[in-house]
Formats: sequence, structure tokens, C-alpha cells
Amino acid sequence: MQVQLPFYPEQASNFAPRVDSLMTFLIVVSVFFSAGITAAIVYFFFKYHRKSKAEIGAPLHGDLRLEMTWIVIPSLLALAMFGWGAAVYVDYRHAPKDTMDIYVIGKQWMWKIQQPNGRREINELHVPTGRDIKLILASEDVIHDFFVPAFRVKMDVVPGHYNTMWFRPTKPGRYHFFCSQYCGTSHAMMGGWVTVMDPSGYAAWLSGSSGENVDPVVAGEKLFVEKACATCHLANGTGRAPSLNGVYEGTVRLADGSSVTADDAYIRESILNPPAKIVAGYQPVMPSFQGQLTEEQILSLTAYIKSLQSQPVPASGAGVSAPGKK
Amino acid sequence: MPQEHYLNATYGIRSWLLTTDHKRIAWLYLMGVTFFFSVGGIFATMIRIHLLTPEGYLVTPETYNKLFTMHGVAMIFFFLIPSIPAVLGNFLLPLMIGAKDVAFPKLNLLSWYIYITGGCFVLYSFSTGGLDTGWTFYTPLSSVYSNSAVTPAVIGIFINGFSSILTGMNFVVTIHTMRAPGMTWFRLPLFAWAQYATSIIFILGTPVIAITLLMAGLERIFHLGFFNPALGGDPILFQHLFWFYSHPAVYIMILPAMGVVSEIIPTFARKPIFGYSFIAGSSIAIAVIGFFVWAHHMFLTGESTYAALAFSLLSYLVAIPSAVKVFNWTATLYKGSISYDTPMLYALGFIGLFLIGGLTGLFLACLGLDIHIHDTYFVVAHFHYIMVGGAIMGYLGGLHFWWPKITGKLYPEFLARVAAVTLFIGFNLTFGPQFILGFLGMPRRYHNYPPEFQVLNVLSTAGASILALGYLLPMVYFTWSVRYGKAAGPNPWPATGLEWTTASPPPTENFDVTPVVDWEPYDYKNRPDLGLATPISPSLAPSHGDD
Repeated sequence: MQVQLPFYPEQASNFAPRVDSLMTFLIVVSVFFSAGITAAIVYFFFKYHRKSKAEIGAPLHGDLRLEMTWIVIPSLLALAMFGWGAAVYVDYRHAPKDTMDIYVIGKQWMWKIQQPNGRREINELHVPTGRDIKLILASEDVIHDFFVPAFRVKMDVVPGHYNTMWFRPTKPGRYHFFCSQYCGTSHAMMGGWVTVMDPSGYAAWLSGSSGENVDPVVAGEKLFVEKACATCHLANGTGRAPSLNGVYEGTVRLADGSSVTADDAYIRESILNPPAKIVAGYQPVMPSFQGQLTEEQILSLTAYIKSLQSQPVPASGAGVSAPGKK
Repeated sequence: MPQEHYLNATYGIRSWLLTTDHKRIAWLYLMGVTFFFSVGGIFATMIRIHLLTPEGYLVTPETYNKLFTMHGVAMIFFFLIPSIPAVLGNFLLPLMIGAKDVAFPKLNLLSWYIYITGGCFVLYSFSTGGLDTGWTFYTPLSSVYSNSAVTPAVIGIFINGFSSILTGMNFVVTIHTMRAPGMTWFRLPLFAWAQYATSIIFILGTPVIAITLLMAGLERIFHLGFFNPALGGDPILFQHLFWFYSHPAVYIMILPAMGVVSEIIPTFARKPIFGYSFIAGSSIAIAVIGFFVWAHHMFLTGESTYAALAFSLLSYLVAIPSAVKVFNWTATLYKGSISYDTPMLYALGFIGLFLIGGLTGLFLACLGLDIHIHDTYFVVAHFHYIMVGGAIMGYLGGLHFWWPKITGKLYPEFLARVAAVTLFIGFNLTFGPQFILGFLGMPRRYHNYPPEFQVLNVLSTAGASILALGYLLPMVYFTWSVRYGKAAGPNPWPATGLEWTTASPPPTENFDVTPVVDWEPYDYKNRPDLGLATPISPSLAPSHGDD
């Protein structure tokens, strides 16, 4: 339902009508109770105005049934508000499987955004309608927050780990985005524009680059060699470290017997804090790269490792495998 | 007025600075909180003037960020949290329960010195570089990146915490052990129940903020890694620790004001409070449940969805006891004998504004809505409705209600009513538009904003100028009344509490003879000593003259 109500921002995402309906429900309930109580107070205030100097009021002490009524009814309404809000939020926190992933890095006081094909934007985000978009949010310094009022979505951008958020744009246009977690001097200037285009317009925009794009997979492969990851992480698994073919989004058995899913967060942690999770059958000899890689470089390495997802572990040959398809 | 009372029993600066009389200590706190309110108020004025235009020409961005930070720190830690407990609570609690003083009078004085010491550290921070981290001190901004005077500020707040802890402990022991004969728990005035609940939060919650700020300060000075991710720390840990106190802290700010309203309404409706045990119990319920909702400030940090669901549900639970109070206060008006005196205007204003503030809290507790309105002006409007529309109206209502007891003088009634109405109108004009601003998407803590938000910002600033007038008026006429006000007599309203059975102002030892209580609270029907309604002929009704 895409109805534009006064004082409501434009609706430009799949979440906007849901949030707006929820808002309307809470406004109606609140207006009902505040108008009702205000009316009662005003009515009593004038109707029971003191008529003589020594007059006193009626000695009424309480009424258990009345107490129960005004505990039970508000509780039920509160449960309804909770339940409806929870449903929207749970959807929001669980992105669908097949999203288009865009990387967003916040730093004092600007945003660097990287589209799937590597095209970069500064303080601008282009997205197509009709696609589920997932933003992977990283911070290089303090806590920020990426907020798009027309989409009704935001998420904190916290240094030290990734947060993700998702939405499906529904209406072409140009919409504000804001940094929405106080982050220092130019917090109020740290915003920009989201441009929503129809799919063909977006495709055209995406490919018409200014020539500066580096495919993050290619950049990641370069880093993989430069930083000597390739010397231990041999493709056939005979090196000091596990092969990374097929690792991404797979299950990894750890030395302590537990298992984890090798998602983006796991890869990042493995690069920055290797001893945290040691793979079963391997020694804890990997050095930490904390302080030696920027967030962008970690994202490029992750993109490269992701590209190895469909590569089998070769039976022989110790070299670095060819970059796979995205 | 009585010949000798607590104000003139002894003279000289030392008799005030070394007093252990809870009533004089209340005055010392009154001076302190009024000072910090003025400091915070000046910062607020500058903020609202700056926000008249989208580009903001009054101050630089750095200064603006310091203004909203220092406004928050001054108002929360040095005005709102001490105000009703340390001013009205200190003055009234022993009188209300028939005691000579609190359980530990010297510790009470120490609490005030600790408050002043903490305040000095914070003032030092304000004047040597200022503070620009937000009153919430989120890391790593506050512990690593900020270039402002963070360390003296956190030291000051750390020290100030002990003032709260000692006051809370003092009140709990006083209520348990020093009630006069016949003053059973369920004959306690509801203001005492409210102070008791608040004191629980003081004692259990404050140590957590102390440790949290200590850790943030140590991280800043010694480059430790509690919250700094570059050293393996977790910024979200800070938020959990910070909000574990700071959420219950908001109940510290509102419960005493609710206690004041629970005293004013029966007095000016001249009938018992409706649902006494429900109001008393709801104060305790709010204090307890309030410890279990803190992470509703963190729904969008990436915390687990299960945690978010739990904290949202609990946040709705904590709203129910507050709703119970509002319904009971309204029911108390039914078949009352209602007068329009200033305290009643403040109490009713409190209910109206607290209603809006509390209901908008339900919006923020709603997970699906919080995604949109978190960290926008919607939040700013919500908490100002509760803290200013609620807590400050309660504080002012209490000051007006008990001013005759504290000073022996009456404030000028007509001017006071004008001020109350001015405040109510100015307040709504200031903060009402901010709900809309927030829902439209204007984030908080912004020194600049997109031009389409200007009209609402101008409305808000216009309201703030009316609000400022509303606050200045009582400062002027209260001061005037101390010297020139009409003598009040022991019980001008009249009200039913024990504090009103002694002289105005009371003698230093409060009561000439320890009272023995054999009546229920707010029992107008069975109090012939109040001179109401029981005389058959009007000529037998007493006048409200001197004692």
C-alpha cells in the first residue's frame, strides 16, 4: 500500500509501507488514549470544581475490577504493538538469500561505497528497483550509522565487525541518506544521496564507468600474493594452511571440535585474529594482519576468497588457482 | 511565622556549610541544582538559536557539538538526577515520617560536598576545551578520537555518583528504621514510596556507570583496549555497561516526580488517592523492571535478534505500571473538590505531558518503528516530554506545593498560574514539532540540516523562547516571596501529611513532640483537625492565618 500521508516521508522501499502502517496503528492508539484521558481530566476539572471553601471530595479508595481492566487492556494492546513491530524487525534482520551486495565503508566524515562490479562512489549510492539489496557496513574509525528515511531503514556501522542491512527499492528517485550516529565534528555533513533507478537505467549507469574501477576480486588476488597468503594457503591443501577453494559459506571444523560457517565475518576474523579459531588438523602459526590492511583491502581479499567458492581442491599442483567467476 | 525555626536558629556561613540539618542541606542542593539548570539552560538556548537556520550561523560545528554534550551532562547528572530526591526528598522525608532527621545526617552533608566536587571537575572540563562526545560517551569516539576535555568530565561524573549512592542508602535506612509510631508501610505518603524505589536504583545502578566511565577514562589515558577495536576491544560492550545504568537513571528522574504528583492530586481534590497500593506497588515495579530493558537503546547495533525481541517485550512491560498511575490519578479527580491552585496545574500538566512522552516511548520500543526513528529528533522529543514535561513539571509543582512549608511564605498565586500555563504552552511548541522532524528523518545531534526541515525548527525555537520565560518567572517570584511573601501558616492548603502538622518553617528538630500516627494517608473525611467539611456552620470554618 503506497499511500502518501501528510508528515510521512516518501515511500521508496519495501519496508516503507510496513513501517508506515505500524506507525499509523500506534498513532491511532496513542491519540485514543491521550484524547480520552485528557478529556476525562478536563471534564472532571471543571465539573468537580470546589464550590465552597471547606468542601472535601468523596472518600473513594479504589476499585479492583477497574484496576484489572486498565491493566489487562493496555497489556493486550502493548502485546499487539510488540508483535507487529517484531515481525517487521525480524524480516529486516534476516536478508533474503539472493541479494545484490554493496559494500559501504564509513569513516570520519564520508562514505565510500563499492558496487558489485567494483565501481566506487563517494557519498552516493545507486541502486536498482526490484532487487533485494544488502549493504555490508564497515567503519574505519568510530561508530556511524547509515540511514535512508525514504526507505525507513538504518543500521549502525561499528568498527571491529560488520553489520548488514537490506531493502528492496520500489520507487525511482533521489533520496537523502544521513549518518545517524554521532561521530564527531562533521557528523551532520556526513550524508549524501541514494539514487534509485529502474533496472536498465542502473545497468547502464553501472557499466558506464569513469575507468577507475578495479574489480575487487582482481585486487584481492594481487593482495593474496603480495601479503604472502599464497605461500601457506596452497590450493591443494598441502601447505601449512587450509586450501581456500570452496571454503566460502561452507562449514569449517575447528580444532576444539566445534564447527562454524565460513562467512564474511569469519574470514575477516581469520585475517585479523587467527588464533581465535584454528582449523582442525592445522597448527596455530598464522600471523595476524591487524593494522596492516585497510577495511577495503580486507573486503577485496574476501571478494577473492569468495570467488574461489566453486573451485575444487586440485589433487596436485601447489600454485595459486586462477581467479574464478563471481 | 514562628519565632525560631531552622532557617534562623543559627547564623553565619559555617552554620550552613557545616550543617547536618536535612532541611538546610536541601537548600544547599537547591542552590547547586539551580546553578546547573541555568548552565544547561544557557546551552539549550544557544542550540535552539543556532538551529533557526539550516546552515547554522551562531557557532562552529565544534562548538555546537560541545553545546549539546554539555547541555546533556549538566542537565542529567547535575540537575535532573539530584533535583527532587536531594532537594525535596531531603527536606521532606524525615518530616513526612515523623523523624528528627535522616538516618545519617553527616553522610548527608558529605553527599552534598561530593556533588559539588564532581560538579567542579565537570565545570573545569567545560571551561578548558569543553566536551564533545555526547552525554552518552560512546566509544571509541570518547575514549580514543575526541580531542575535548573528556578525562576531567568522566572523573567529575564518577565522583558525583557517590553522592547518589550515599543519598539512596540514607533514604532506605531512614524509611526502614525511623518511622514514627503508627506510621506503617501502608500509611507512608506515596512520595516516600517513590523515594524508596528511586533509592534502590541509586544504590544498585550508580556503581555501574562509575565503573564504566572509569574504564573509558583509563582507556583514554593509558591506551587500554576495553572498547577500542584496534586493540581487540568491543565498542558495544561500552554501550551495554553504559545503558545498564543510564536506563534505570531515567526512572531515577521520573519516579520522584510521580511521587510529587501523587501528593498534589489528593490534596487539591481533597480526597484519598485512588488505588494507593497500586500506585505504591507500581513505583517498585518500575524500579525493578527498569533494570531489564537497557538494550532497547541498542536495537540497531547489530545485537542478536533474540536479545532485541526480549528487550522490546520487557520495555512494553515496564510501561504498564506507569499507565496504572495515570489511570489512578485521573480517577482521583472523579467526585473530588478540585481547586485550581498552581501545584494542581503543574500536576495536571505533568499528566498530560507524561502521557505523550510515555506513549511515544511505546513507538521507540516497537522494533519495526525503531528501525526508522532511532537516533532522530523523535527520540529527542520523547525524552524531553518525559524529562522536562514530566520531571521538571513535577519538580516545580513540588516546589510550589511545599514552598510554604520550606520558607513559611506564600508565593504570588496569580503570577504562578501564569507561569505554569506559559510553561505548558512553550513546552509543547518547543518539542511537539520535533516528533514530526524525527519521523521525517532529521537525525539528532546535527548542527546543520536540509532546508526542508527549517519551518519545524523555527517553530521549536519560538516555543523555546516562551519556555525560557516560563522558567524565569518562578526564579524571580520565589526569590521575591522569601522576603515579601505573605506568611503561610502551618497548613495553608490544607494537606494531610505529617509535615503539615508542624510549623512553617519547621523548627530544627522538626517536631516538638514525636507524633503518633493513627490515620490513613489522604483521609480528608477523618481529619477534623484540618477544619474542613465537618463544621456544620460556615462560621466555625477556620481561617488560614498565622500560627
